Amino acid sequence: MQNHYRDDGLSLKQKIMILWLSNSALDSRVIGWTFYDGSGEKRHMAGDQDQPPYSSGLAALQDGWRLVQISPLLPHASGDEFRLGYLKYEFMFERMTANA
Amino acid sequence: MHEPLRLSSRDMASFVARGFLRLDEVVPEALNQRFLNDIGHRDEQEVTDPMAYYRSVMSNSAIPVVAAGTPLHEAYPAGSALYDIFTLPRIQGAVQSLVGRQPSFDHHFLHMTLPPHFYGEQASHHVSQHYHQDSTIDPRTTFDIQLMYFPQAVTADMGGTRFLPGSHLRVVSEAAIARYQNVLGQRHVVCEAGTVLIVHMGLWHGGGLNLSDRVRYMFKIRLCPTEPQVRLWDTSDLPNDHHQQRPIFWTGGAQDPADLHSILTRPEPWHEDDTGRLEAINRIRLWRRLLGDETFDADYWLTRIDNELV
Repeated sequence: MQNHYRDDGLSLKQKIMILWLSNSALDSRVIGWTFYDGSGEKRHMAGDQDQPPYSSGLAALQDGWRLVQISPLLPHASGDEFRLGYLKYEFMFERMTANA
Repeated sequence: MHEPLRLSSRDMASFVARGFLRLDEVVPEALNQRFLNDIGHRDEQEVTDPMAYYRSVMSNSAIPVVAAGTPLHEAYPAGSALYDIFTLPRIQGAVQSLVGRQPSFDHHFLHMTLPPHFYGEQASHHVSQHYHQDSTIDPRTTFDIQLMYFPQAVTADMGGTRFLPGSHLRVVSEAAIARYQNVLGQRHVVCEAGTVLIVHMGLWHGGGLNLSDRVRYMFKIRLCPTEPQVRLWDTSDLPNDHHQQRPIFWTGGAQDPADLHSILTRPEPWHEDDTGRLEAINRIRLWRRLLGDETFDADYWLTRIDNELV
């Protein structure tokens, strides 16, 4: 089992941030955002913030978030090219924080 | 009895583009009070057991139990507050404009969002409702509407319904969108008493967290059309040049924001760069359906891609 404790005895907790951007480029603007805080410091919930935390995905990188996943670009199925559903450009970030 | 006041073409185009219409203070205060009396609303200070209060309202209120599929005009007894609300000229006119003269009743529900002091130490576990789209995957062009009636004033700390303008034409599966905590351009209902929000069945929404010291009520009813939704509104204001294409991109200056083509093609802040154009296409297709005219276009979006020469 992986050791989640650092040498100084502090445990590492994961914070997740998901950004939805206006196109597939990491430096495009943020249109949606979500946080999950494994440290328990803050309980985020739907509708708790009307302004985005960063202007772009790149701005989040520059602030120290680590990018861990990008949504793929999928071809458009014939006959279904105009149907819209879920937000298309999803970028998942993490940041590890130390808790005593 | 006053004649129903049907919607204008601009109101209809805005509904097609954004998926909602808001009628502020459309229900008179005396009728709001009758509704609150009918449901058995009690002063918050008198409530000691929130779940008992919830059950009491559910079982003792005058809101009738109505079978799905009942014609709307048979759903509420004459003389009840709900009957009088649905015969208000602006409410009746909006309903007729969107789902016709004889819509059928799908379901109704009184949502009660209780303030934190009702829950004591458990209050910190409460969170807002996730974004969701009601019912299930629904790819129809025909649409149902939902009316959300707020019988009391809703302040920001009461956690009024959150919704995302323009999300209604996205085909998603109910709570699959729960991962989206916040989306640019989302709105929260803050309103005076007697306000009614009318939404397309597909509009993404969720209840907010009530941080006030008052119970928040929202009565919701879903209505389904029983006739084709073609030119049901007051079309007398449709301009003669409605089918005329206008310059695009190189426009020679600002375009009239109140023009129906502008309303139908105006993007929302959350639109992705590419799919925002598909949103415009889907709105134009819905407007064509409502006009009963497959030749209509705005800003050439459909004419361009329909130009298949064989």
